Amino acid sequence: MKINQQMDPKERDKQYNDYVKKVTPTHSLGLCMGKAFLIGGLICVLGQLILNFCETNGLDRETSGSWCSLILVALSVLFTGLNIYPKLAKFGGAGTLVPITGFANSVAASAIEFKKEGQVFGIGAKIFNIAGPVILFGIFSSWVLGLIYWIGGLLGLF
Amino acid sequence: MEQMRGKQSIQLENAVYIISHACVTGSKEGEGPLGKKIDCVGKDDMFGQESWELAESAIQQKAALMVLDKAGLSLSKIRYIFAGDLLGQLIATSFGLEEFDVPLFGLYGACSTCGEALALGAMTVSAGYGDYVMAMTSSHYASAEKQFRTPLEYGNQRPLAASWTVTGSGAFILSGKHGRVRISGMTIGKVVDYGIKDALNMGAAMAPAACDTIVQNLKDFERTPEDYDQIITGDLGSVGQKILWDLTMEQGFVIEKNHMDCGMVIYDSEKQDTHAGGSGCGCSAVTLAAYILPLLERGTWKRVLFVPTGALLSTISFNERQSIPGIAHGIVLEHVE
Repeated sequence: MKINQQMDPKERDKQYNDYVKKVTPTHSLGLCMGKAFLIGGLICVLGQLILNFCETNGLDRETSGSWCSLILVALSVLFTGLNIYPKLAKFGGAGTLVPITGFANSVAASAIEFKKEGQVFGIGAKIFNIAGPVILFGIFSSWVLGLIYWIGGLLGLF
Repeated sequence: MEQMRGKQSIQLENAVYIISHACVTGSKEGEGPLGKKIDCVGKDDMFGQESWELAESAIQQKAALMVLDKAGLSLSKIRYIFAGDLLGQLIATSFGLEEFDVPLFGLYGACSTCGEALALGAMTVSAGYGDYVMAMTSSHYASAEKQFRTPLEYGNQRPLAASWTVTGSGAFILSGKHGRVRISGMTIGKVVDYGIKDALNMGAAMAPAACDTIVQNLKDFERTPEDYDQIITGDLGSVGQKILWDLTMEQGFVIEKNHMDCGMVIYDSEKQDTHAGGSGCGCSAVTLAAYILPLLERGTWKRVLFVPTGALLSTISFNERQSIPGIAHGIVLEHVE
């Protein structure tokens, strides 16, 4: 490595970043993916169980789906409050982030953290601190898709 | 005697001693390798307060009162306090010390603040502007996470290069009255930025600043690394340490044999799951009070270079895609009979 203060800053920064990348340890990608698959899969199995239970007890598919989401979200919030969800996420990574439970965790965690700053400027303003972008761009992309669908309909494509 | 040394350093003519030191930490630090050496370990990281920020203030207050008690001094003897923390607008410091009725210099140098406070405090005492001056810093894991990262209960995975903010505060009383450890000189650091943008690899962001200050210190005082029993950085962690060794080697100085990092001794990274090591203003301050100063007082070490390191980022600069500048201040501490 040849990096020092006398070098051209741009060249130095590039070389230094390349060097840092080499010496910085990272988690094993394969292992992380395995754990994420396991935990994410288990959450989805739980969802499926709830769905099947609701359907066998006479609810229609759509209502069962709503109950499934509600129960998963409620469980996630409860586990967040009990400080169990972060431990699960530490192990499962994206396996806990991608399902609806991850979304619920991000909202509940913000609510707990910012409660001290008051109901309005604390919880009210900051509850979607992490989930906000997901909501905004989620709604926006569904609007764009709706527009495409509508135009496609006018043109007789769909 | 000429007190200005080389480009950035000062050799203090009038002796300044660290006559008392105290540290207060949270429970995790108490369970770490330095646990038994820490003056006061809180059972509850809220320290009986309503918020993390107030908890940090309470830690500072406790550390300040303990250091006075250990020195047998009353608060009214303290001429000035030099203190800082990591929170926006230094709220932990201002709220922690507001009842003290002592003139205060609030300092921000991120995790390097301990060095800044000791340097300015020592200059003040040496110049005769105060008989007794207090230097103090603090950090709190939860208040730092809240400000710089995500809510505590948010589930995520920390990269291996990430560090763990120390919950704790270290306080020191500086005076011209004779003590066992003397601040003989200092090298004030520059802002050094090598373009690292990963806020979870602060060791890499700060290592160039640490290298710059250490090398400058050696040049200014015309010393070699062997002239120090230890060269001690603040919170580079295991990743930053490796980089620092490589960077100083590049400058022609081998410091591997006598370098240690406070962040790597305050926690047991395997058992306590802290990854690269400890960080925060409290990290270097607590390690100095609990570990480094006692060894200097006993004479196990005769002379050390204490270099707290800071990453000068904010959430705004990070979101605006700015790189993370680093800074480090070197304090020369010597054992005296």
